[in-house]
Amino acid sequence: MAERRKPAAARGKDPAAAGRKAEAVEHFPAGEPTERLLGYYAGMVLIRKFELSADQMYKRAKIGGYCHLNLGEEATVVGLMDALRPSDYLFTNYRDHGYALMRGMTPGAVMAELFGKSTGVSKGRGGSMHLFDTGARMMGGYGIVGGQLPPATGAALALTYRGAPGPDAEVVMCQMGDGTTNIGAFHESLNLAAVWNLPIVYVIVNNRLGMGTTVEAAAGEPELYKRGCSYRIPGERVDGTDVVAVREGARRALDRARLERKPALLEVMSYRLRGHSVVDPARYRSASDLEIAQSADPLPLLRRSLLAAGLMDEAQAQDIESEADKKVAAAVAFADSSPDPTPDQLFDYAYASPVANAAHALPGDPLVVVP
Amino acid sequence: MTGEGTAKAVITYRQALNDALRAELSRDKNVILLGEEIGIFEGSYKITAGLLAEFGPERVRDTPIAEEGFVGAAIGAAMLGMRPVVEIMTLNFSLIAMDQIVNHAAKIHGMFGGQTPVPMVIRMPGGGGQQLAATHSQNLEVWFAHVPGLKVVAPSNPADAKALLLASIRDNDPVIFLENLSLYNTKGEVPDGEHVAEIGKAAVALEGTDLTVISYSRATTVALQVARQLAGEGISVEVVDLRSLRPLDRETVCASVRKTSRAVVLEDDWLSYGIGAEISATLMEGAFDYLDAPVRRVAAAEVPLPYAKPLELAALPDANDLIKVIRELLDATGFSPAAGHPIDTAT
Ligand SMILES: Cc1ncc(C[n+]2csc(CCOP(=O)(O)OP(=O)(O)O)c2C)c(N)n1
Ligand SMILES: [Mg+2]
Repeated sequence: MAERRKPAAARGKDPAAAGRKAEAVEHFPAGEPTERLLGYYAGMVLIRKFELSADQMYKRAKIGGYCHLNLGEEATVVGLMDALRPSDYLFTNYRDHGYALMRGMTPGAVMAELFGKSTGVSKGRGGSMHLFDTGARMMGGYGIVGGQLPPATGAALALTYRGAPGPDAEVVMCQMGDGTTNIGAFHESLNLAAVWNLPIVYVIVNNRLGMGTTVEAAAGEPELYKRGCSYRIPGERVDGTDVVAVREGARRALDRARLERKPALLEVMSYRLRGHSVVDPARYRSASDLEIAQSADPLPLLRRSLLAAGLMDEAQAQDIESEADKKVAAAVAFADSSPDPTPDQLFDYAYASPVANAAHALPGDPLVVVP
Repeated sequence: MTGEGTAKAVITYRQALNDALRAELSRDKNVILLGEEIGIFEGSYKITAGLLAEFGPERVRDTPIAEEGFVGAAIGAAMLGMRPVVEIMTLNFSLIAMDQIVNHAAKIHGMFGGQTPVPMVIRMPGGGGQQLAATHSQNLEVWFAHVPGLKVVAPSNPADAKALLLASIRDNDPVIFLENLSLYNTKGEVPDGEHVAEIGKAAVALEGTDLTVISYSRATTVALQVARQLAGEGISVEVVDLRSLRPLDRETVCASVRKTSRAVVLEDDWLSYGIGAEISATLMEGAFDYLDAPVRRVAAAEVPLPYAKPLELAALPDANDLIKVIRELLDATGFSPAAGHPIDTAT
């Protein structure tokens, strides 16, 4: 398993696809600080608990609209976000809760956004799919499949006007799902990034499904990391259930963007433990498919591995878990007690510059008043 | 904006746009131009002539044929503080970028709670009359004007083209800047120096008392020509040039019609669901009691525009169509030049 982290060996392989034995453990690279590994576990547990809570809150009608969870993708999210620096920019799809949390947005403000409250990260205007925070350089979750790719590419274009490539350069990471590699915006964006030499890493989180459609059914080249070939963008595939492997793959790709100012493509093989969104019972999934996903669940795997390696004891594990429980409970309490936006704020933020003759009428109100 | 007392030069609409782009590129290093063939080729309609040579390939950036990609890239660049001005070769090709325009440019400021402005301009020429046939002759202004979050301007003359383009580039919202192929060679006085228009303000392009023609872009040039012609017959036509389609200056439209009591909309888009429909509804709200007759609309025939010249001419609204409708409206309301138009003898 250790050699999976070497890029050459990782290229093209999907070791997790065959399923894992429930007893398997990971071996961590020598010199990997224990604190860091425990931090990964804490991050993954926080995402897991947050998502399970979001699922409950949805069922209690505290959350509306669409709500897509990162359940099963925790190692992927945590590994990617650890490789990304605070000074880098992130664009994601609508499956964005975990990314927001790992970018340092507070669980309370994220949950409040899901609840549609004015204390939410997007002031209740965006909801689950549209988390945004300028300070965290989280430039948005986007609900239109592929919609984030051209803007992310343009953000990387803007960075080319700011300074030279080098170890301190800022870069853009643009996350998407496997299904997204079939849309035109994917191809136009990669091509632009290639011809303009843009500092951007496109990350495909391959959870093997776009709603109910498999990668094989939808992609002419189902080894998605190869889809950069047409644009001479090198691609790499890593095991998304292994947080360190994800981080290392992301670092290599980010380095290329940062140091050489060239785009890179990273495919992270991951799993979706539940339906496409909270309302999807995923009846289209076979029992064996689900079993593979469950046996690859990165959370028990990392827990077991940390315990087996003697890097964490049971008490520490439980501390981390109860800490996450507390954070999520506090987030829900914060969201619950936060004020709803009021109708008099309806036209706030519609435009950034003042608007002469803006059409501010509520349904039934006339736009013109007779003198 | 009248430029009273300032020097004026007579230049083309094309030159006015070129001047505005050059001025903004010089003024603000965050302004960049993006588009197909805008650099080496100097623009399909030469609006960007000379700019690559003056500002270099990073400020005047040729793009691949990828409307969705480069319009979206402009959005992301704008979110990080640039002020991109995108040229879409013709309005017809904007349809490929519609997701980025409607679902992204128009939404990002509001949907993310006002955290990031999207200061960008999309310039594009539309319009028929050049025998370019159905896919290359469209006027889709209402597609954009319908969408909150966008601003849509459609200047009719060189002075407004320059002043509105300066305003659009300095505005912090996405602005759809509609040009018209047949306006590029038209000439007009443009005051020297920097005149920045206010987006969302219509202009009374010509004052009159008997009837108001409401129009924008190319149609305004037709309306003005008709108004001058009818003035010779003792018919006093007021021309309101909308200039901005979103926001729409409803008050100026209503104020004019409250004065004249008769309204005709001249528009280049298709009749049903067009700008004229919105103006008519506006007048129902704001001038109903002042109207002597229902509002009339002169718009394009609702067909994919044919190539053959006689068919193209038949489909597009022109001065004769407008004159015919004005006469019908005047007749229907018992207008006679002497009675209906008491010339200001009192003052
Ligand atoms: C342009 C567009 N088409 C369709 C949809 C509906 N839709 C939402 S998510 C989704 C599947 C996307 O799959 P993938 O990219 O693999 O991301 P995942 O949900 O697996 O994270 C679809 C079809 C959409 N939001 N946008
Ligand atoms: Mg997927």
